[in-house]
Amino acid sequence: MGIIEVQNEIIDEFSLFEDWMQRYEYMIELGKSIELIDSSKKIDSNLIKGCQSKLWLHAELNNNKLIFKADSEAIITKGIAAVLLRVFSNQTPEDILNANLDFVDKIGLKEHLSPTRANGLISMIKQIKYYALAYTKN
Amino acid sequence: MTLDVNKIRNDFPILKRKVNGYPLVYFDNAATSQKPSKVIASITDYYENYNSNIHRGVHTVSQEATDAYENARKKIQKHFNAKHSEEIILTSGTTHSINLVANGFTSLLNCDDEILISELEHHSNIVPWQMMCEKNGAKLKVIPLKDNGELDYESFLKKLSNKTKVVFVNHVSNALGTINPIKKIISESHKLGAAVLIDGAQASSHLKADLQDLNVDFYTTSAHKLCGPTGIGMLYGKKEWLEKLPPYQGGGEMISEVTFEKTTYAELPNKFEAGTPNIVGAIGFGYALDYLNEVGFEKIEAYETELLDYATTRLKSIPNLKIYGEAKNKTSVISFNIGELHSYDLGTILDKYGIAVRTGQHCAQPVMDFFGISGTVRASFSFYNTKEEIDYFYESLKKAVAMLS
Repeated sequence: MGIIEVQNEIIDEFSLFEDWMQRYEYMIELGKSIELIDSSKKIDSNLIKGCQSKLWLHAELNNNKLIFKADSEAIITKGIAAVLLRVFSNQTPEDILNANLDFVDKIGLKEHLSPTRANGLISMIKQIKYYALAYTKN
Repeated sequence: MTLDVNKIRNDFPILKRKVNGYPLVYFDNAATSQKPSKVIASITDYYENYNSNIHRGVHTVSQEATDAYENARKKIQKHFNAKHSEEIILTSGTTHSINLVANGFTSLLNCDDEILISELEHHSNIVPWQMMCEKNGAKLKVIPLKDNGELDYESFLKKLSNKTKVVFVNHVSNALGTINPIKKIISESHKLGAAVLIDGAQASSHLKADLQDLNVDFYTTSAHKLCGPTGIGMLYGKKEWLEKLPPYQGGGEMISEVTFEKTTYAELPNKFEAGTPNIVGAIGFGYALDYLNEVGFEKIEAYETELLDYATTRLKSIPNLKIYGEAKNKTSVISFNIGELHSYDLGTILDKYGIAVRTGQHCAQPVMDFFGISGTVRASFSFYNTKEEIDYFYESLKKAVAMLS
């Protein structure tokens, strides 16, 4: 599935929820089945800056698709990371670079991705794009 | 007579607002306090009626502004019982105040000297001293913490020596609420010739420090912690000390004569007040002290102790909840974790219910390292919070735990 299709799928899923509590419960569930980063990769160089809780991200190229794995100490951060990974993982570097983040607003998570929030998620998106950029050049 | 909290809440306009559809429950007072209408009005009044630069002008409005600014200094002097008004330096806050003193000690200490800092300190009372030690080679030693969040006083006595030149302790810990035995610490330090700087930022909204009685050398506080505006605070220094320390910032106001060959400095307090100060902030600071004294510190202390006891009892009934720092004497602060749940998660969900608490390391990484944790949820109560708010907090916390488990 291309990035836009995944984003639309996620928007549809989230549109079923009536309030923040249901959205958060769903995100927490998503977090539980995130592509977990290898414990050997939970090193300082994979830490995302700007977090109150530790958030790790790692990527590997496989058949011209970037596979992302992540983990976080905080459950909600993990849940949001899981949503982002669903969108960006297993996609080509070019597609990742060209993707926009409009879907974030539509699923009511904009507040979590503001640069001033101490959860590092905006930095995580930057890091995802940097990985894509690095692999595009290659 | 006890405090009438409902009447007091009417003085604070922000307490009427909602957050995410719920009434705001503001339990982040240790980060900053809310402001009563009188303080807010004093700011508007200044800008509407007598705004002018101070000290320099000969015109009427300038004189009115000058009088109001200096009157605020006198209010602060009286509140803290400083001997001379020139011992009250108006700064931008505690961090600025501490940096001012650390800068001053850079040339006064050397590699034979030691400084003693408590493990409880906020980064603002650690980092400036580390920076100073890098410049002059003085050695930094630490007064350790105990499991109950109190300082290890016996260890302090052992580490204090005639090499110790300055001792730094906070009056009240921002992370745990511990009230430190500063009078004893000051007395013992003086016996060995060491000066003492007390960071009073967290104390000043809860208790009234008598600086002459404490016989402290330096005391700092920030107005925004005690119902005053942000961007203003004070450094108290004994006159002999302030005369010894060199100026921190150069510029206008702090000079006596300026030529390119040599410049001489002004007397206290101007020596340490370079540039146009936060005039309106100082005025607001004075009004905040007036307000707190009208409410009465004995009433504030008694009521906040009730809130602390009530909240502690309720929270302790939550399974796997651990409170950090249960000193015999503490202010109305509860720092806690619940099982393995991350403080960020709890804080985020509580916010959805309109509850403002602080999460993380609270600018006190040594404290977090001592307990081996990445952070805590910190609820800090003020005299305008209520038991009903604590009940609501308790219920919301249980819901948050259920969601995250």
